[in-house]
Amino acid sequence: MLSSTIGYYSLILGLCSSIIIFYFSIINYQDKILDIKIFYFTFFQLFFVIISFLSLVLSFIYSDFSNETVFNNSHTTKPLFYKISGTWGNHEGSLLLWQLVLTLFIFIFLFKSNNQSKQYRILTLLFQEIIIIGFFIFIIKTSNPFNYIFPIPKQGLGLNPILQDPLLAIHPPILYVGYVGSSIIFSSVLAATILNIISRDWASHLKKWILVTWFFLSLGILFGSIWAYYELGWGGFWFWDPVENVSLMPWLTLTALLHCVLVLEKKIVLTSWVVILSIMTFTLSMCGTFLVRSGILNSVHSFANDPERGLYILIFLFSLIFLSIFIFFFFHKQNIKNYSSFFWLSKETSILINNWFMMYFLSVVLIGTIYPIFLEVISSQKISVGPPFYHKLIIPFLFPFLLAMAIGPNLKWIKSNLENKVNLILFFVLSIFVSSFILKNSDQKFLINTFLLSSAFYLFFISIRDLFTKKLKNFSQNIAHFGFSLLILSILLNNIFSTEIIFNLKESESFEYNGNKIIFNEIIQNNQKNYVSIIGNFTIENFDGKIDNFKPELRIYNQPNIVTSEADIKTSFLSDKFMVMNLVQNQEYFNVRYQVKPFMIWIWSSVVLICLGALIGFFKKKNEK
Amino acid sequence: MVFLKKKMRSKFFLFIIILIFIIIFLIFYKGLTNYSIYTPKINIENDIPVFSANIFDSDLQVSSKELFDPKKSYLLNIWSSWCVPCRDEHALLMDLSKDEKVNLIGLNYKDRLNNAKNYLNELGNPYSKILVDETGTIAIEWGAFGVPETFLIYENKVIKKYIGPLNQQFLIEIKSLIK
Repeated sequence: MLSSTIGYYSLILGLCSSIIIFYFSIINYQDKILDIKIFYFTFFQLFFVIISFLSLVLSFIYSDFSNETVFNNSHTTKPLFYKISGTWGNHEGSLLLWQLVLTLFIFIFLFKSNNQSKQYRILTLLFQEIIIIGFFIFIIKTSNPFNYIFPIPKQGLGLNPILQDPLLAIHPPILYVGYVGSSIIFSSVLAATILNIISRDWASHLKKWILVTWFFLSLGILFGSIWAYYELGWGGFWFWDPVENVSLMPWLTLTALLHCVLVLEKKIVLTSWVVILSIMTFTLSMCGTFLVRSGILNSVHSFANDPERGLYILIFLFSLIFLSIFIFFFFHKQNIKNYSSFFWLSKETSILINNWFMMYFLSVVLIGTIYPIFLEVISSQKISVGPPFYHKLIIPFLFPFLLAMAIGPNLKWIKSNLENKVNLILFFVLSIFVSSFILKNSDQKFLINTFLLSSAFYLFFISIRDLFTKKLKNFSQNIAHFGFSLLILSILLNNIFSTEIIFNLKESESFEYNGNKIIFNEIIQNNQKNYVSIIGNFTIENFDGKIDNFKPELRIYNQPNIVTSEADIKTSFLSDKFMVMNLVQNQEYFNVRYQVKPFMIWIWSSVVLICLGALIGFFKKKNEK
Repeated sequence: MVFLKKKMRSKFFLFIIILIFIIIFLIFYKGLTNYSIYTPKINIENDIPVFSANIFDSDLQVSSKELFDPKKSYLLNIWSSWCVPCRDEHALLMDLSKDEKVNLIGLNYKDRLNNAKNYLNELGNPYSKILVDETGTIAIEWGAFGVPETFLIYENKVIKKYIGPLNQQFLIEIKSLIK
C-alpha cells in the first residue's frame, strides 16, 4: 500500500525533474554554458526512478496484492528469487526497469564526457530527455505499475512458469542495457551532427558507448538463446521468432556501426554511415518495444496486448524517426574532400563490404519479421515466415561474407596489397580439404555444405593465425573475430550433424533405433513448493555399450495452471545429449524427443569470446596509432 | 550549379524517405486497430454437441435436447474431485449459483462417484444438474482441453469458453453476458 504510493509519486517527481532538466538544457544551450543545476537534477531524476523501482520490488517481495501489477504476476508460494525477478517479468515493471537504465546512462554520460564540448553534452542531454520524458508519460499514462485494486485479493495470479528461470531473470535487464545504450548513441550522434563536430576524437568517445551497448546486447541475446534451448523444449537455440529477430536487427546495425566508428577513429570517412546506423540502431530497438508490447505480433515474448499502448509507442517512435531524418538532412555535411580517398583494396573497403553484408542480413530479417504484418493489413492474408525463408536467403551470402571477413582484417588502411598470397591460398586449400574430409560420410547437400564449411574453416584458421602472429596488437578485434568464426563453425557443424528421434513411450516400455535402446524405467512424482513434478527415468544403451541416464521432467504449476517441460541435457566437450518429454492428451503415453547435438557448448562459449573481445576493447587505454 | 543539383537531389530523397515512413506508419496503425485478427477465437458461436449422459448418482439418462432449453442461457462447468484448480474456483461457482438467472450444469469428468460425493459434501453443490462423464468422451465432444473448463451457452450455442479456473474478472463478465 505505502510502497505503491511512494513509487507512484516518485515517478511523478521523476517526470518533473526531467521537464526541469529539459528546460534548463534549452536555456543552457542558448547561453553555451553547462549549469551545475543540471547535474543536480539529473541526479534527482535517477534517484526518483530508483526509489520508484525499489518500491515496486518491495511490493513484490511482500506480495502486496493491492498493487495490480503484483496481483497479476506474483503469488505467495513463489520462491523469493522469482518474486524479485517478477518485477521486470511483466510489461509495467519492465518499463520501469527500462526507465531506470535510461536515467542511469544519461547520468553516467554526463560525468564521463568531461573532455567533450559543453554544447555537445547539453544537446545530447536534451535529446535524451525527450526520450526519457516520452517514456515517463508512457508509463504514467498507459502502464502505471502502481495501480490499486480494491477489494484486495488474497492471492495473486502467479508468474508464467516458463519465465521462472534463473537465466530469464537476468536476460531482460541485460538486454535492456543494450537497447537503452543505443539511445545514448542516438542522442550523441544527433547532437554531434547538429554541431558538426564529428571528429576522430569524438569517434573514440562514442566507441566506448558502442562497445558497452554491443557487449550487453550480445550477452542478452546469448542468455535468451540458452534459455530457449533448455526451457522451450524444441532443442534449438534460434527460432527466427519475431521477437528474437527484433533483438538481432539492432545487433546487426550496431555491429556495422562499431566497425564504422573504428574507421572514423583513424580518419574522417563514412560519417553518413555512422549517423544513419546510429539512428537505425535506436529506431530498431524502439521498434522492438513497439512490436512486443502493442499486441501486433503473437509470440512467446508478447506482453499483455493493449492497442492503446501500441498507438502511443508508434506515434512516439515515428516522431523520433522524423526528427532524426530532418536533423540528418538539414545538418549533416558530408566531407566530400576525404570521401573517395581510399584505394579499392584497403581496410576501408572491407569495412564497407562488411556494412553492406550487414545491411543485407538486416533487410532479410526485417522483411521476414514485418512482411506478415503488412500482408495481413493490406490483403488480410495470413502467412508465417519460418526458418526456411531465412536459411535460403542468408546461407548463400554467408560464403562470400566469411571469406571477406577472413581477408579484410589483414588489409592495411587506405591502400594495400595482398601480402602472403601463397599463405592465404594454402589456408584455403587446407580448409577445403578438412571440410570435405569431415563431410565425406554425409550424403545430403554435399556441395553447399562443403562450400560453407570450408569458408567457415578458412575464417577459423586465419583468425587463429592472426591471434598468434599479431600477439597483443589489436587483441580485442582478433579475439572477437576468432569467437565469431568459432560461432559460425559450431553452428554449421551442429546443423549438419544433429540427430533427432521422436517417439511415444509409456512406463516400462523400450524403443530401439540404430542399435541404440531407450528404456523408460519409471515415473517419479513429487510435490514441490509451487508445482508438482513428474520425472521420467530413462536409460539409453548406446550401440557402443555406453549407458546414459536421463531424467526429463514435467512441471505442473498450480498458479497459474500451466505445464512446462524441463529438458534433461547432458553436456560434454563435443556434444550435448538432449531429452525432453511431453504429455499426450488423455493417455498414459509420453511423447519423448531425444537429440544428439554436437558442439552446443562451443556455440555458447564462442559468443562469450565475442563479448570478451568487446570488453577488452572497452578497457584498452589508448588506441595504437 | 552542381551544388544546386545536389540540394535538389537531397530534397527529393528526403521527400521519398518521409513518404515511405508515413506509409509504414499507416500500415502499423491499421495493424493495431484491427489487432484482434491476430488472436483467433476458438469454438465461439458453435452449436453445442448432441450427446446423452447419465445423471449424477442415479440411473437416469438425459439427452442434450431435453437438457438445454434454447430460450435460456446455461453455464456448463467441467469439474472433477481430483482436480486442484477446481477447488479454487468452487467458491466462485457457489457464489454464481445464488444468482437465479444462472443455470449451472456440472459435468463430472473421469471421476469416482464416492470421491465426487465427498467433494460436494465438503464444498457444497452449486450445480442444478450434474452429468457424469466417466470416460471423458463427452468432454472431448465439447472440445475441452482439460479440467476445469466452463462454457457459456445461449440458444444452444457456445457463446464463450473459459479454459482453466474462473476468476473474479470472468465472473463479472459472465454475469454481464447473462443479463
